Amino acid sequence: MPSPISRDRSSRRARSTLSGVLAGVGLVAFVDETVFHQLLHWHHFYDRSTPDVGLVSDGLFHAFGFVAVVTGLFLLADLRRRRSLDVGRWVGGVLLGAGGFQLYDGLVQHKVLGLHQIRYGVDLLPYDLTWNVVAAVLVVGGAVLTVRSRRTSTVGP
Amino acid sequence: MSHDHAGGVDLLAALAVTATLLALVAYAVLVVRARRRGRAWAVGRTLAWTLGCLLATAAVTGPLARAAMTGWTAHMAGHVLLGMLAPLLLVLGAPVTLALNALPVGAARRLSRLLRSRPLRVLTEPGVAAVLDVGGLWLLYGTPLLDVAHDHPLVDVVVHAHVLLAGYLLAAVLVGPDPLPHRRTTRHLLVVLVLALAAHDVLAKRLYALAAGTDLLDEQRGAMVMYYGGDAVDLALAVLVCARWYRRTRPRATSGRRRGHGQLDLEGAGARPQGVLG
Repeated sequence: MPSPISRDRSSRRARSTLSGVLAGVGLVAFVDETVFHQLLHWHHFYDRSTPDVGLVSDGLFHAFGFVAVVTGLFLLADLRRRRSLDVGRWVGGVLLGAGGFQLYDGLVQHKVLGLHQIRYGVDLLPYDLTWNVVAAVLVVGGAVLTVRSRRTSTVGP
Repeated sequence: MSHDHAGGVDLLAALAVTATLLALVAYAVLVVRARRRGRAWAVGRTLAWTLGCLLATAAVTGPLARAAMTGWTAHMAGHVLLGMLAPLLLVLGAPVTLALNALPVGAARRLSRLLRSRPLRVLTEPGVAAVLDVGGLWLLYGTPLLDVAHDHPLVDVVVHAHVLLAGYLLAAVLVGPDPLPHRRTTRHLLVVLVLALAAHDVLAKRLYALAAGTDLLDEQRGAMVMYYGGDAVDLALAVLVCARWYRRTRPRATSGRRRGHGQLDLEGAGARPQGVLG
């Protein structure tokens, strides 16, 4: 049975990861909306071929992104005021959340559910490849950071 | 534009102005009474209540209401004002707390008994409030109800009252400073908020998708006003839900501060974290 101290420490690390993942998901949702919808106008608000299940998935993740970024940042503030933030875990969480959500968006929403595409009137393959490779790199980077921070425990008092 | 419709707006406008005046006067009287009883009342709450009343009125009277009769974009701007922004501000005005502070003991006791009554226990269940609020919108825009309301002034009044009251209920349950029969955990509230916002977003995109009237652009713009206006208010709701959690779970020294000793948070820094968003 783990001692109370080590259990406490692992719960703090888990909270750092959770906070990071939520902030990461929110960050990607925000970038998606701002950069691809509003600035570049690559994505469309709605495209005629979107089926209902795509709309539901999009609505859920859009709503979740908003609440996730707020929740993630409040959790971060809470960890900081308790001086129990594990920075490596948090950054790893951000990358995991961001990459995971982008992968979901790129593979499931754009491809399987047929929600809007990345860009219109162009050959999609390079865009899809870049999108999903970037997502995969983020996920791998996040996983590496998370695992490494487990080995070199640097949690404060 | 039919005469019925014009009549509907008139009845609605007349009722709205009356209700606003009553709400403002009643609130002012209660603030004065609370002050007399030695209870301080924050100016910010009075401001929130006043602004909420004015925005709700602006949504159903005057230039915006006239534009909403012909334009979908103006209609949706009115929807965001009446159903989301105004209710949030009214909730932040904390009218129930004010009444409890201002009313004589007997009346205050009756009010708090009412708050614990079974109907209010059911209504203040977050899931129920969310279904009443967003479900009402699906009913309004997914069925011919909107057309019926356009032709029948009374239905029109009921629809607008429902939009405002359901919006108030949801905001009160999620972020209200007023006492509730029971308050769910922060996690529970956040899940309800995500689902309610998602249902709202899906409805807005469906309206965009189904736009087929004579002025396609106006219909689409209206749906986008609904979508992004909803987002803005929901962002505020999420921040308020989390801020309450953040204050409540402040590491220990809180109680010292609340007693007015002005202690620093030194001892609290190492306090054990409480359950995540519990």
